[in-house]
Amino acid sequence: MRLGILCSIVRTEEKLIFEAFRGLGVKFDRIDDRGLILDLDSRNYPWDIVLERAVNHSRALHTLKILNDRGITTVNSWNVANTCGDKVLTSNALVTHNVPTPRTLIAYTPESALKAIDQLGYPVVLKPAVGSWGRLIARVNDRHAAEALLEHKQRLGSYHHSIFYIQEYVPKGNRDIRAFVVGDETICAIYRHSDHWITNTARGGHATNCPVTDELHSICLAASLAVGGGVLAVDVFESGQGLLVNEVNYTMEFRNSISVTGVPIHERIAAYTLGVGEAKATATL
Amino acid sequence: MPNCLECDASIVLDEKVEIGEIVDCQDCGTEYEVRAIDPQQIDYAPKEEEDWGE
Repeated sequence: MRLGILCSIVRTEEKLIFEAFRGLGVKFDRIDDRGLILDLDSRNYPWDIVLERAVNHSRALHTLKILNDRGITTVNSWNVANTCGDKVLTSNALVTHNVPTPRTLIAYTPESALKAIDQLGYPVVLKPAVGSWGRLIARVNDRHAAEALLEHKQRLGSYHHSIFYIQEYVPKGNRDIRAFVVGDETICAIYRHSDHWITNTARGGHATNCPVTDELHSICLAASLAVGGGVLAVDVFESGQGLLVNEVNYTMEFRNSISVTGVPIHERIAAYTLGVGEAKATATL
Repeated sequence: MPNCLECDASIVLDEKVEIGEIVDCQDCGTEYEVRAIDPQQIDYAPKEEEDWGE
C-alpha cells in the first residue's frame, strides 16, 4: 500500500502520527502542500491512500477533491472536509440527519442578520462560516453590540464574513466536551474547561477525561455519520435539553487529549487509515 | 545547533526532530520551522493564516 500524508508544517499531532506509522513498519510519503503540484491531466499519482493533515483548509479541500476524483482514497474524504470545513454545511448536515444541535440561522446581509438575531433572542453567537480555533467568534449580548459587530464584519472585506452564521447561545457552565470518533467508535473524549465562554484548548481551555457514555457515543456517531464519517472530533454541549453537537472537526488536534484519556489517538488514526486502505485494496482485487 | 534569530539563544532540537516541525526558542518563545536536519537549519515559522485550523 502506497501511503501519503498531506501536511505542511509538522505539529505535535503530525509528528505523533509519523511515529505511529513507523512503529507499524509502514513507509509513507510526506506530501508538503507548499511544494505540491497537482497535474489535473495525470491519472498516475503515486499513492493508494492519503491521510490529510494539512493546516490550511483551502489547500486540503482542493487536494482532496482532485485525489478523490482520481480514485485515491483519502482520510478524510473531500465530502467530509467540505462539510466540516464550513459551519453552515456542518449545521445543515446535523439538522438534516436529526442530530441535536443548537438552533442556527443563516443570513446574507447585515439587515437580515440583525432580524435573525432579534428573532433568535439575545445572547447569540456569531461565527465565521470558515474558521477554527475560536477565531473571530463573538458572543452578542444585545442589539447595540449586534449592530456594531455586523458593521465590522461587513468591513472585514472577505466574502466569508458576509455569510452570517448565527447560533443560539447555549449556557454550558464552564465546560464542553470534545469527543474523538474514529470509524464507528468514539475512542475517547475530554471535557474542555474554561472560565471563558470559549473553551477551545487553543484558547487556553484545559482538558480532563470525559467518560464515553452510551449517550455520548450515540450522538457523536450520529454526528460523524451525518457529515460522512471518518476520523473526526465532535464538540458537544451539555445543555438543559440534553447533549447538543456544536461542531465537527475533520483535521483534529489531539495533543492535549492523549495523556488525560490514556488513549493513543495517533495510533488509532494510523490503524484506521491502514484499515481503510486495506479494505480498498481488497475491494479492487 | 542553530541560534534564535531574535535573542541568539541556542535552539536545541530533539534527536527525533522532523523537517517542517514547529519548535520554540526556550528563551524568548519565538516560533521556528525546522528546514533541514543535517546540518540543522531553522527559519521563522509561517504566520497563522485565515484558513488555518482543524
